[in-house]
Amino acid sequence: MAHALEISELRKSFGGLPAINGVSLAVAEGERRLLLGPNGAGKTTLFNLITGELRPDGGAIRVFGRDVARGRPDRCAHLGVGRTYQIITLFPRSTLAQNVVLALLGVSPRRWDPLTALSAHPSLWERARAVLDRVGLAAGADKPVMETAYGEQRRLEIAMALAQAPRLLLLDEPFAGLSREERRDMQAVLGAIPREVTMLMIEHDMDVALSFAERITVLHYGQVIVEGTRGEIVANPRVREIYLGE
Amino acid sequence: MAFWVIQSLNGLALGGLLFLLSSGFSLIFGLMRVANLTHGAYFMLGAYVGLSALGAGLDFATAVLAGGLAVALFGGLVERLILRRLAARPPAQRALAQVLVTLGLAFIIADGCIWIWGGDPMPLPVPAALGGAVRAFGVVFPFYRLVVVAIALLVALALWLGLERTRVGAMIRAGVDDMEMAAGMGLPVSRLFTTVFCLGAALAGMGGVLGGPILSVYPGLDTDMLPLALVVVILGGIGSLLGAFAGSFIIGFVYTFGQTLLPDLAYVILFLPMVLVLVLRPRGLFGTRAA
Amino acid sequence: MKLGAPVFAVALLLVPLIPSPYYVNVASQILIAAVFASSLNLLVGYAGLTSLGHAAYLGVAAYAVAWLTTLGGLGHLAAALVALAVTTATAACFGVLALRGTGLAFLMITLALGQILWGVAYRWVSLTGGDNGITGLTRPRPFGFDLTSPGAFYYFTLAIAAPTVAAIALYVSSPLGAAVQGMRDQPRRMSALGHNVWMVRWLTFVFAGTGAGVAGILFVYYNQFIGPQTLNLTNSAEVLLMVISGGAGTVLGPIIGAATVVILKNVVSAYITRWVMLLGAVFVLIVVFMPDGLGPGLHRLWHTRSRSAS
Repeated sequence: MAHALEISELRKSFGGLPAINGVSLAVAEGERRLLLGPNGAGKTTLFNLITGELRPDGGAIRVFGRDVARGRPDRCAHLGVGRTYQIITLFPRSTLAQNVVLALLGVSPRRWDPLTALSAHPSLWERARAVLDRVGLAAGADKPVMETAYGEQRRLEIAMALAQAPRLLLLDEPFAGLSREERRDMQAVLGAIPREVTMLMIEHDMDVALSFAERITVLHYGQVIVEGTRGEIVANPRVREIYLGE
Repeated sequence: MAFWVIQSLNGLALGGLLFLLSSGFSLIFGLMRVANLTHGAYFMLGAYVGLSALGAGLDFATAVLAGGLAVALFGGLVERLILRRLAARPPAQRALAQVLVTLGLAFIIADGCIWIWGGDPMPLPVPAALGGAVRAFGVVFPFYRLVVVAIALLVALALWLGLERTRVGAMIRAGVDDMEMAAGMGLPVSRLFTTVFCLGAALAGMGGVLGGPILSVYPGLDTDMLPLALVVVILGGIGSLLGAFAGSFIIGFVYTFGQTLLPDLAYVILFLPMVLVLVLRPRGLFGTRAA
Repeated sequence: MKLGAPVFAVALLLVPLIPSPYYVNVASQILIAAVFASSLNLLVGYAGLTSLGHAAYLGVAAYAVAWLTTLGGLGHLAAALVALAVTTATAACFGVLALRGTGLAFLMITLALGQILWGVAYRWVSLTGGDNGITGLTRPRPFGFDLTSPGAFYYFTLAIAAPTVAAIALYVSSPLGAAVQGMRDQPRRMSALGHNVWMVRWLTFVFAGTGAGVAGILFVYYNQFIGPQTLNLTNSAEVLLMVISGGAGTVLGPIIGAATVVILKNVVSAYITRWVMLLGAVFVLIVVFMPDGLGPGLHRLWHTRSRSAS
């Protein structure tokens, strides 16, 4: 089976400090992979390298067989990679629907059209509302983002990524800062994502994350410490040392 | 042969003046992230003040200091009363607001100068002690222009020593490198900003007086000098004293030779180094980051 | 506000009935300035890129028309079309250079590029006439109409300015316009969503230049003269003031700003010779006390008044 994501010997330093220090991993298509690791382990940096927002100092990254190491983020999006952010980066004064429409435009040739009003594209707006419905935000579609609750904004983040029908979904701490109820809502949303979509998630919340993941990669100081199934990771002494011992 | 020597010396003189103008601009931009579009007007205002000082009977050195001081005072007021108010704005709007305000002030100063001193160009007389010509390398060359070069080199040395060897200099360098970190470590940001702004303005003002005998003093001097400062800073790199130094003399040479060899296109040729730098190396010759 | 639009349109059409030809001419100037400011607003308000060299594009178009009709022997329409092409090409090239930076770098580069063209206009005497500029232009005779009278020229200007401003408004409301606004707020996110940030900004830059070119054509036919002062920094600053004072990022803002600045300039300069000083002071005051500009400020005022009345 082809790999959705293949990383080999990836390196990235900032001012002499190695953030990613020789990471290799491979995620199969349709797999649900969890990326664990303490703060500063390099998880978000890894995401930034995959999407092309950062340039690696060495190593290779292949998404669905295509080399993206020296590519631009917009090219990565067109290869079918969707991504959510740890720190919410939405368009606060726009409505939820407008936010999703921007995501829909990103992968549509219509984004180059300067001659027709955006409001005159009913199919775009219908699809936006449909996506918002999938994450349970249909009711607030016309509310500006800055008037919505944090939990709703987190679900909008997912909606933006889902709107583009990604083949590989990178989720950066989707559960961060959510209440117990919001957590359940988010789990339902993630659980409803089609099986064919490959998902790579960064998370701290062990309970929620472990129930999601099939395989887990543990990063520490920019290196892969161990990789395996849920059971293997939980029983691994080094992992216990990193999370409980220090 | 004589032609090349003369024009080279002219290029040096212009480069020296440009250094006095742009070193201040580069420091202000590098430390405070303020693109001080009033800088050309400070140069011009200093020149006019120097002119009046000479007219009142003061000697040349005092006139230079008067020009620098007057502009430093004006700059200090601007920084404390106006720019500071804008510093409280959200970052996205702050830079633009500061630019627009400094532009507006440039207009006020420029028109104010016409109001006070009239619209005719006025030559600033070369002080008698520095007048006359010098015979060197087989050519005759105005002594004053060599003095200007010497002064610029001295100022460059003083600035460099100040930045490298004094505590204030270390603070300025830290602020230019990483303001957030430096402020977090207790850097007296407020006093430092006012100091640097006044210093930058003073350099421009003194440069205006020193440049008077070469460029003369006229309405429009500010809009002639400001783009030169920008080109030097873009070419040399933001916040880099070495960049301002190198850029000033490169532009000084390019402009001087351009004027004599291709007068129609001299002004365009002036910008060519900047264009090249933008295409090939956006952060400038010695800059640490793109603007 | 619904009643406002048709009333405004009718008012525009009735301007030439004003008895004083001077004020009809001022109205033409306002229309030209409105096109100029609206084109700059694409960059300042919608793309979030502040340019201090926009007068260059108005100038290029004006000089091109002037040269082509006086020395080039072209007819008015052909000259205008060639001038637009030249202006668009200039904006395309300059856009590549200017977009090597954003924010302050963009501003400094556009300022420098504007100065280059001013320098060409001023020094390349054989091409541009230098300080004397190019004179002796005639106004066009579209379909045989004589445009010498202020009223006739006003209608001509309106017939060109209105569609241009409408095209700009359409751009802003289109998918491309939505994209450039998204990039103003979150360029990283837009890129990650699949938008080509550089290309969209560059296209907007070129379109803004072309819009300024249209203003330049109207400008040079109005004045029947062009000189290097038109490309100077003061003019680039003046049009920026129009955008900011009226309210960047709105369609009406630059139009209100254009009207304000043109009226101030024409009416006030009769009484105060220090127009530039006033311009500077207005700049400072607006930026310090009214950062949103007059447009949104008046809008708020209008709505609070009508609310308190009911």
